[in-house]
Amino acid sequence: MATSTRKLTRFPMFGTITVLLYVFLYAPISVFILFAFNDSNTVSVWSGFTLRWFGVALSNDALQKAGTNTLLVAFSATIMSVLLSIPAALATVRPGQSSSAPWFLSLVSLPLITPEIVVGISLLSFFTLIGLDLGRGNIIIAHTVFCLPFAYLPIVSRLRSIDMGILEAADDLYATRWARFRMIVLPLLLPGITSGAMLAFIVSFDNFIVSFMVASAGGTTLPMYIYGMAKTQITPELNALSVIVMMVSLLLLLIAYVTTRGKLLNMGSGT
Amino acid sequence: MTAVATREKIQRLQGFLPSVAVLIAFFVIPLAIIVVYSFMTKGPYGGVIPEFSLDAYRKIILQEQLDGSFRLNYPLIVILWRSVFLAFVTTVLCLLIGFPAAYVIAQQSDRMKTLLLIFIMIPFWSNLLIRTIAWIVLLRDKGPINSFLMATGIIDHPLSMLFTNGAIVVGLVYVYIPFMILPIYTSVERLDKSVVEAAFDLYASRFQVFLKVIVPLTMPGIIAGCFLVLIPSIGAFVTPDLLGGGRKLMIGTLIQRQFTEARDWPYGAALSAVLLLLVIIALLAQNRAGRRKAG
Repeated sequence: MATSTRKLTRFPMFGTITVLLYVFLYAPISVFILFAFNDSNTVSVWSGFTLRWFGVALSNDALQKAGTNTLLVAFSATIMSVLLSIPAALATVRPGQSSSAPWFLSLVSLPLITPEIVVGISLLSFFTLIGLDLGRGNIIIAHTVFCLPFAYLPIVSRLRSIDMGILEAADDLYATRWARFRMIVLPLLLPGITSGAMLAFIVSFDNFIVSFMVASAGGTTLPMYIYGMAKTQITPELNALSVIVMMVSLLLLLIAYVTTRGKLLNMGSGT
Repeated sequence: MTAVATREKIQRLQGFLPSVAVLIAFFVIPLAIIVVYSFMTKGPYGGVIPEFSLDAYRKIILQEQLDGSFRLNYPLIVILWRSVFLAFVTTVLCLLIGFPAAYVIAQQSDRMKTLLLIFIMIPFWSNLLIRTIAWIVLLRDKGPINSFLMATGIIDHPLSMLFTNGAIVVGLVYVYIPFMILPIYTSVERLDKSVVEAAFDLYASRFQVFLKVIVPLTMPGIIAGCFLVLIPSIGAFVTPDLLGGGRKLMIGTLIQRQFTEARDWPYGAALSAVLLLLVIIALLAQNRAGRRKAG
């Protein structure tokens, strides 16, 4: 314990670099957000505060349709990936088993290591080859694949923290497997499921490349719409839309953070 | 005993089965199809004709001239080189900024640490496309950087910053730097501080402590961070596509074009195979670097 109170030595410049890093991370996006409230048609000159661009964005028909598509895809992919993750997580962490099936973690992480553009074109080729054309259904299937690890990891991590003795007690009391799952495991697992669902939702909600390659006509999602606008002309409407999209992600991230009581921070560190 | 063990095993496999089936059907098989397609003949309107051909791979190296002779495909070699080179530059920059930041964050009080890490994580979980577009706005000819420089009289013509290699690197660093910071932070956290004190007690200079104690002890985090940045940078699509435009292509955009405008699926598939090969080489290098560290 004593070591944790000791301080490591300081190095010159490190502090400055750190401050500059936070400026670098937040300045560009702050400028971008600021111009969503700019009362001017150009994104370069500030001419007063307005909320009208949010009105313009929200009343845009094409945008509403893209928004509906995005939400539908994200909801479906989230539900699918959570439903697939729960049995996999239960199989990973078993009472009295020390091995936690590292092969499965490797398999489920493969879509994250593979360049996203390759995931996109491989699914495009596959759907074309087997003639599967479910419209948004194709996007949902594609998203489920890379949402899986994001749903799986928080659920496994939560399951590990459950005292397996409780399950043995349930067995001793002649609980059926289903009753044991429904009345003990599931309620205890709920925080893990919630944060897994939030992360899966964010990842699907924000995905561009895979949707872009797999989507057929009419399947435009919000990120695809944003990309189209960025390629043609950047208007304050795009800034306003971006603010809305980022707020959604941020809100879901907050829920995930609160339900894991901050453990979420350790997940990205590759441990 | 064995009967129970077998039943246990079957139950376990049943849990994995649905996910494994989905991953095989919609990830492994599609990738296998891409590899197969790379050895086929190009269809007239996209797609492939099931006839074996090495044309797609030949096209990566050699370009057919109008008179039927072959020449080295320089434009493509430039794109491949740019993809690898810019990914390396991105990784080095991320390390140079990310290490000091991770080190400083790890020294703070617990509350401050959490706060600082949250502010590293927020960009990581927010929309990549939007974060990249923010840079288009900043870097373009009429953007705030150029307006500021013109207004202060430092320059009289706007600098062309967008659609350059520099813009791509800035965008990639911006997007991938959290991948560098988080693993290094974990390593610095685990660093045994008494070892550093011991080095000082033995009259090591600050520089020596840094190079001979801190860097070697945090090497696992450094290695993990470097590869977590390098691998997605090589195959990145959004950032090079938006900040490099049509002039500075990287392999991701080139692949995408084969499946859209160019309608040359076998060529796109062969380029994907090359990209996958680069990723596998990087993973093997990471594995080796990690093992050498452990051994």
